This record gives sequence, C-alpha cells and structure tokens, in this order.
Amino acid sequence: MTEAVEFTAPPSSQWNDVWHQFKSHRGALVGCLFFVFILLTVAFGPMVWSIDPQYIDIRARNSGMSIAHPLGTDQLGRDTLARVIAGGRTSVAVGVTAMLLSVLLGTFVGVLAGFFPKFDGPLMRFTDLFLALPLLPLLLVMIMLFRDVLRSVLGPESGVFILIVCVIGITSWMQAARIVRGDVLSIKEREFVLASRSVGTPPVRLVIRHILPNILSPIMVSATLGIANAIITESALSFLGLGFPSDFPTWGRLLYDSTDYLQQYPERVLWPGLAISLTVLSVNYMGDGLRDALDPRIRGR
Amino acid sequence: MHTPESEAAPLIEVRDLKVHFPITSGIFRRQTGVVQAVHKVSFDIRNGETLGLVGESGCGKSTTGRAILRLVDITDGSIAFAGVDIPKADKRQMKHLRPQMQMIFQDPQASLNPRMTVAEIIAEPLIEQGQKTRRERLQRVYELMDSVGLNRDWAARYPHEFSGGQRQRIGIARALALNPRLVICDEPIAALDVSIQAQVVNLLERLQVSHQLTYLFISHDLGMVRHIADRVAVMYLGRIMEMGPKDDLYSNPLHPYTEALLSALPQPDPGLERKRRRILLKGDVASPADPPSGCVFRTRCPKAIDLCRERTPKFAQIAPGRFAACHLLDISGDENKTIPGNSLTGSKGEITK
Repeated sequence: MTEAVEFTAPPSSQWNDVWHQFKSHRGALVGCLFFVFILLTVAFGPMVWSIDPQYIDIRARNSGMSIAHPLGTDQLGRDTLARVIAGGRTSVAVGVTAMLLSVLLGTFVGVLAGFFPKFDGPLMRFTDLFLALPLLPLLLVMIMLFRDVLRSVLGPESGVFILIVCVIGITSWMQAARIVRGDVLSIKEREFVLASRSVGTPPVRLVIRHILPNILSPIMVSATLGIANAIITESALSFLGLGFPSDFPTWGRLLYDSTDYLQQYPERVLWPGLAISLTVLSVNYMGDGLRDALDPRIRGR
Repeated sequence: MHTPESEAAPLIEVRDLKVHFPITSGIFRRQTGVVQAVHKVSFDIRNGETLGLVGESGCGKSTTGRAILRLVDITDGSIAFAGVDIPKADKRQMKHLRPQMQMIFQDPQASLNPRMTVAEIIAEPLIEQGQKTRRERLQRVYELMDSVGLNRDWAARYPHEFSGGQRQRIGIARALALNPRLVICDEPIAALDVSIQAQVVNLLERLQVSHQLTYLFISHDLGMVRHIADRVAVMYLGRIMEMGPKDDLYSNPLHPYTEALLSALPQPDPGLERKRRRILLKGDVASPADPPSGCVFRTRCPKAIDLCRERTPKFAQIAPGRFAACHLLDISGDENKTIPGNSLTGSKGEITK
C-alpha cells in the first residue's frame, strides 16, 4: 500500500489557478492596480499633499493649474487636489459600504425567495413595493427623520455616514434580489442540488455549497454596478443639501459645486468627474476579471 | 452477508404509491386540478435484484424513483425500505436511511456542480454523513475513483474537463460513497453515446456484484433494460401496465402496451427481424392531468373493448410472478388473480429462477 500513501496528497489548491487566470485578464489587472492606487491615494494622500482641504486662500481663488495648486483652486481658493483626495475618502467609503450592504440584502432576500417557495410570494411583492416607491422623496424623508437623531448619538460626520450608507443600501437592493432569485430558481432544479438533497444536506449548507457559488456572476455584476450607483446617489443627496455638511468635500459635492462655473472653468468639473468614472470603471473591470477567474469553466481555457 | 432470509425479503416494497401535483390557477392560486404523475403504483424489489422500469417520457418513471428517495412529496401510499415506511420516517430515521439509498442521474452535465472539483463532489456525501477526517475522506475518494475507473490524478479537476462517460462515472462514484444498498439509476445511460453506454452498463453490473447493490433501473431503452434487469415493469401514464421476469415479459408480453413497445424493438437476427410486425399506436399519450376513464391506455389500445371505458382494470397476477392490468387478460386468463400486495412476496421464490 505504499503507492496509496503516495497518492493521498491532497489535490493542489485552486487559488493559484484563480490568481493565474485573474492575471491573464489584462483589463482586470489594470483595473485592480488602479483601484489600489485610488485606495492608497485617498488613504495616504493627505500625508503627502498636506494642504487642508478646508483652508480658504481667497487671494488664490479660481486659479488654474500651477505648481502650488496642481489641479487649480475653487471660487474660495481651496486647493482642488486636496479636496478631491479628501472627497475620495468619503465617496469610496460610502460607495463600497453601501454596495456591500445592498448586495448582502439583495442576495439574502433573493436566495430566501428563490429557495423557499413559501417566502417567494411575500418577499417578491415586498421587493416590488420597494421598486415602486419613488426613491428620492423616500430618501429625503428617511434623512429628515433620522439625521438629527444619529448626529446627536454618533457625531455629525460618522452619523451622516452611517445614515447615508444605510439609506442607499436599503433603497438599492431590489435589482440584486430579483436577479438572484431568478438564478436560484433555475439552479435549485439542477440535478446536483437533488443529489445533494438525497444525502440529507440541510438547506443552509445546500445554499452555501451549491447555490451561492453558481450565482456568483450576477452578484458580482450587481456589486460592481452598485458601487457606481452608490457614489452617484450620494452625490445627489449632497447636492440636495441632505448628505454631508456643505463644507465637507465628497466627489459628488465637488461636481455639483463646480457646475455653476462650468462655462468659465470647465476643468473643475473634470477632476471629480474623472475620479468617479475611473473608480467605477476600474471596479467594473476588476469584477469582470474576478468573475471569470472564479468560474472553473472559463479558467480551463 | 446474504442470508437466505434476506434474499427472500424484499428490500423495498411500494404499495399504491400516488404522487399527484396540484395545478393552481388564478391570482389566489386555487387548486383547479391535479397531475397524476404516479397513480397507484405497487412493486417490490428484492435484495440484489435489478428491477427495470420502462416507459415513455413523462410517464412517471423518474417521479417514482424520486419518491422512493423522498425527494418529492407523495400523496398517498406507502414505501417500505427494509421495513421502514419512508414517507412517514422522521428526521432521525431518514438520516440513518439516506446513506442506504442513492441515485445516479440522467444528465451527467447537470448532476455535477460545475464549481466543485471531482474530489469535492465525491466527498460531499461523506461530509454530510459526518464521516471521517479529511485525510480518510480523501483516501475513500481515491478508492471510489479506482473502483469506477477514474484516474486518481484527476481528483483536482472540474467536471467540464471530462467526457460524458467519465462524468457519469463521477456520478456513480458519488452514489457509491456511502455504501448504499439500493441505487436508483434514473436513465443513467440516456445522455451517453452508444459505445459509452455499454461501458457504463458493464461498470454498473460489475459494481452490483462487488458492492451487493440492488438497482431500480429507470430507462426508456428496452434493449438495455433487457440486458441489465432481472424483472421489468412497464409504465404508462403514471400506472404500471405490466410487470414480470424479463425473459417472460420480452418473449411473451401480456399487455397490449408492452406488445406494442416490444414490436418497436429491432431484432438482431435478420430472419426474425423480417418477420417483426410493428404495432403502431394511434394518437398521443393522454394528459396526466385529465386521464381517460377506465383503463388509461384504452384511447390508444388496438384491442380496446367497451369494458375498458367503464372500469379500471385491476393490476393483478396473471401467471406466477407476472402482473398486468388489462381487462382482456381478466376475461381470458385463468382464475387465480390477486392484488400484488398480498401475493407478491409469497410467490416470489419460484418466479424468476
């Protein structure tokens, strides 16, 4: 039985293969590097570029690109680069957390509705209800109701942060839930699920082992789109004066502040706009590559 | 292992099994009818035997198999596996019973999770039954791969890298992982090339001997069933039309439906093939949601008489070990008719051999 011992080495890890496939997707690699770059910039940028984004230098207002202000200044003389970096911190944090929340909620509702027939009707009607609600008024009402309470408990900035993340998460999970439900319905009729049931696998493990890995693609897609959606919704809220305080920079706020000066200083819209688009694009590519890398059928090619 | 007693006792006894699916319609999902997928089906499978279950698509073969594994909820009837009534078994009993009966599926593509490696797929039943350490499980997986003829080096591969026949072997290895007594083969060869079919069937036969398995072999391939089965049951529209030892059934079919089915089977002997006369059935299979009155086969039966419309024929023993549901046999046949529930087990000893 010596050869049996020799052969009992466990099969090699699949994570190497995943990384190998991810690397071979050039867009994903570039997207990943760029997203890491954005994360590093917003995390450590303020240490390198140490101008206070709130500092008003009225004599340098509306200046163009220069050594002192690489991206120029705004109408109050605040440095745009510092504001983009500071705004990125909030926007990326809000985008990622709100996306996580909405995808988690959406997947949970979708799996529950798709897998357990008795929840299907009520949960999907509930989803329809949310889809039918006019979102912006709902957002406004929610923020009106909870902003002051949260602010007083958690402080002005973290209070608003949590509120905005929750509000965006709660109002954007419906698409994910519908897509996930549809996929769960088709996957759960496949014979490997039946095979798993025939050995007595309880539903929770069945979902984790068989259903979730097979609905990864739509979840991934809605997650990457969700980041973009969350950043943009946050901008809209800031624009309406219901997001973060008006002097607190976010990408959306910078964008909306600059629209007044669009004709005189078009480049001022460009910087936050570029930051938002590139972030969204890089996340999309990253999600695309990750989805391919996690699918063994594509990986084999 | 095989005492004479266990040889005689049926491993599984199905009595008057009914699986009806409700049809709902309207906003309030009111039940407006039922699909009689399986209706009053009774049969036994003895230890170590292979029962072939044949019939056309949609006649309830697979549903019967799934009902035995309790993968669909039954409407009525009883299924006794080694003396335990499966539909009424509680969770604890089921946990004990599940490993003893396993299933091999038709579509080897759909029956394997594309995101799991071969080793993970075969080890899943072992994990679920809480057996062994990781290392022992892997050892067992390799043993199973050996016994179904898969190379051990393929353990880390994914199902899509294999051909249909190899995938079916993976499915078979998974079914054998827990050392089952009963394996329900749900058209295991229907999706395979003819050359591969023979390999898989030979593998199944070999495993039956080496693992002392009992098979319920569901198929629509009459030739293959003749090869592998000991006894054959013919289903039509959710009912068993005829059941008997394979040689008798193939050489001398009792029921008009069996006769028609067998007349479609090509004969390898050219002399016999020239003499073969096909019985062509007219019309389509009736809807299981609205089966014909009396005998369900009467709408297509070339020998139908008035009685067939009025009364449902009893599924009765016509000759020792041979059962059929047909009025014609009632009239012309001999007198000792009984329902299988009473006599099947008793008369079994002298039927087949």
